[in-house]
Amino acid sequence: MLTMIGKRLMFAIPSLIGVVIVTFLLTRALPGDPAAYFAGPAATKEAVEQIRKKLGLDKPLIEQFFRYTNDLAHGDFGNSLTTGQPVAAELRNRLPASAELTLLGLIVSIVIAIPLGVLAATRPGSWIDHLCRVTTTAGVSLPVFFTGLVLVYFFYFRLGWSPAPLGRLDVFYSAPPTVTGFYLIDTLVARDFEAFRSALAQLILPAVTLAIFSLAPIARMTRASMLAVLASEFVRTARASGLSPSTVIVTYAFRNAMLPVITTLSMVFSFLLGANVLVEKVFAWPGIGSYAVEALISSDFAPVQGFVLTMAVMYVLLNLVIDILYGVIDPRVRLEG
Amino acid sequence: MKRRDFLKSVSGLAAGAALPAMPQVVSQAKADARSETLLIVSEGGPNNLDIHGVGTNVPGYEVSWNCYDRLISHEMKSGPGGVPYYDRDKFKGELAEDMKIDDMSVTFKLRKNAKFHDGAPVTAKDVKWSLDRAVSVGGFPTFQMSAGSLTKPEQFVIVDDATVRVDFAKKDRLTIPDLAVIVPCVVNSELVKKNASEKDPWGLEFTKQQTAGSGAYKVTKWTAGTEVVMERNEDWACGPLPKIKRVIWRMVPQAGNRRALLERGDADISYELPFKDFQEMKANGKLNVVSLPFSNGIQYIGMNVTKPPFDNPKVRQAMAYAMPYQKIMDAVLFGLGNPMFGAAKDKATEVAWPQPTKYVTDMDKAKALLAEAGYANGFETTISFDLNFAGVNEPLCVLVQESLAQLGIKTTINKVPGANWRTELNKKEMPLFTNVFSGWLDYPEYFFYWCYHGNNSVFNTMSYKSPEMDRLIDGARTAAATGDMATYDTDVKGFVDLAFAEVPRIPLYQPFVNVAMQKNISGYQYWFHRRLDYRAMAKG
Repeated sequence: MLTMIGKRLMFAIPSLIGVVIVTFLLTRALPGDPAAYFAGPAATKEAVEQIRKKLGLDKPLIEQFFRYTNDLAHGDFGNSLTTGQPVAAELRNRLPASAELTLLGLIVSIVIAIPLGVLAATRPGSWIDHLCRVTTTAGVSLPVFFTGLVLVYFFYFRLGWSPAPLGRLDVFYSAPPTVTGFYLIDTLVARDFEAFRSALAQLILPAVTLAIFSLAPIARMTRASMLAVLASEFVRTARASGLSPSTVIVTYAFRNAMLPVITTLSMVFSFLLGANVLVEKVFAWPGIGSYAVEALISSDFAPVQGFVLTMAVMYVLLNLVIDILYGVIDPRVRLEG
Repeated sequence: MKRRDFLKSVSGLAAGAALPAMPQVVSQAKADARSETLLIVSEGGPNNLDIHGVGTNVPGYEVSWNCYDRLISHEMKSGPGGVPYYDRDKFKGELAEDMKIDDMSVTFKLRKNAKFHDGAPVTAKDVKWSLDRAVSVGGFPTFQMSAGSLTKPEQFVIVDDATVRVDFAKKDRLTIPDLAVIVPCVVNSELVKKNASEKDPWGLEFTKQQTAGSGAYKVTKWTAGTEVVMERNEDWACGPLPKIKRVIWRMVPQAGNRRALLERGDADISYELPFKDFQEMKANGKLNVVSLPFSNGIQYIGMNVTKPPFDNPKVRQAMAYAMPYQKIMDAVLFGLGNPMFGAAKDKATEVAWPQPTKYVTDMDKAKALLAEAGYANGFETTISFDLNFAGVNEPLCVLVQESLAQLGIKTTINKVPGANWRTELNKKEMPLFTNVFSGWLDYPEYFFYWCYHGNNSVFNTMSYKSPEMDRLIDGARTAAATGDMATYDTDVKGFVDLAFAEVPRIPLYQPFVNVAMQKNISGYQYWFHRRLDYRAMAKG
């Protein structure tokens, strides 16, 4: 097991180096001149040059690159110009916000999509199969920011059930002391149940928005994979042996149908991280997605590079986790690995 | 985890899950906190708490204005619609209790009881250090100081512990007003020096993260891109103690959500909403919407006069007759702007800026002028705009494109990303573009010096050069400094007339700053910087 993890991590190194080089070059290729942008509306040419010097952008590209990698090796991601803060610190503060939202969205999605998919597979052509098809198609066809805005409109603006879309906590609560960075966990650790309720209430709408968006692939994959497994011989044998339908479906069919679903989950998780960018915008969520977009708009190199790098590392780790999960579910994978 | 704790947390979870369906229960203490707290929502937040910093953005100016004091500030007068509007010509002491203007210098006597947030008294040493800093750090602050002929540290002299003298480099009417803008704020020099380094002698890294002033508010928490929390300085000496105890300023990127927050009563104030929203909110009357013209500001269509076809004044006049002025007012601004066109034919030019031109939409005249200039069949060109203000710029450019098409002028629209806009302006190569210029100092010669003078500053986006124009602008500046008002008036009228006759840029309208707030919020004041002054505001 450990050698497998080690091997996988080794494979990740070249891709990370590639990511560093490509993001560096891509950000430099962006149109726009950060020096002119940050010199302010009233800047003279000299003022722009002064700023450029201060930012080190007057140096040749190769020198900038070596300085960047050297800083990176020391754990320094540089400073964001738009927010004025060190990028590493900001990513550290913002990543839990995005991760908490994405994970909750994924959990909500799994809780709805998997039973829906299983039910649709066991009763193909029934009303529940159609329901599954309609909801998932609708969910994936609506852009996330639109779903988000519609939810805000109804549940906050019209009905007033949901709290104001103002980020992770109500304005008048203070954030719990950081343990994990996940407010749901930290508030419980701090025994601050009022804050916990506020954090949960703030999370519901954005998490549901993400869940609606990601229902389709999970439910469809579950359905397809269950159908295939249910038609296979060992299920027929199990049924013929007189096992109860629930045992057949849950114990035999479902477990075997899980592998492709797990693969889909990893894909869904990564594209949820992408969809997050828009959801964070709608809900004023202080996550890394909105941070990266802001930075991109103002040609702020350091946060963009930091963001892409963080994402790359997360993808590598995610794939690793999925591989390990395979082993847990399917012993054959373990043997081969 | 013990079993009991587990049960507790589970019941907490259940309660939390049920919460959205229940009305929010707010304790009494929280309600009190709400009534003394101002909740502001806006699109962007500060990137630096110090206006002297590198690349401090406009929201950062608002923090500086409220957390730092200056030597002097402006009195208020009644503006359009009875809203308090800063009085360009009347100054009052802020940190200074007395100001004495001599021929070539001005002397300020400091308040005795003024203290910085850390309790240190404000002394002449701090004032000198801060003004030295403003003229030395480079970039925008230094540029703004130079607009009032404040360029060298030697101009700031410590007379005694509580007296500072500012020596004039030359006679300039803008020197005193320039001491009342945001930039010459007074910084706690001892505290900042302690946190400065060899690489950063002015301690910019320190003041970027925290406020080190004597102002009415101090920043207690700042999460960049998310929120700024400011608390009242209970010992503020430069005016009556503000009514608002705490200001929470949250960044909400979605304009629709900002409106929803206002209409639900969760947020107290917001600006930066689409004009249509402001217009609708004004109409339904649930909120107070204040719309005031930008002082000394104009949205215009600029033309690069160094290259054909716009090097020909006839073509430029044709363009001025071809602008769909009224359509822009109605469809883009929803009426929230002052027209800068269509003055009566017999109206005499005023000694004022901005003032409307006599141009109106007249396609026949435009066609005739184009034909005279030898472009009877039109030409091809590109109109550029800044995507950061796409809400206004995009529909505006589409209307212009449509209108020009009637003259056979084929216009391509070029959308320039915000980060790139200033670079493009600096290059001075765009043939046709729309932009806004607005000066902090509200004087016609100030506007013209930056926008029309042949020294070709960044804001002379048209690269317009005319010896006659330069003579008139320089004449007005000198006349203003020496108090020769007769010459001043002739020169101002002269340069306005010339600018309208040669039209290197076509004034469209004077934009409005729009602020929407709850009915129980009072004390909004318009300032030249167009940001909020919390010191005068009250809730309830």
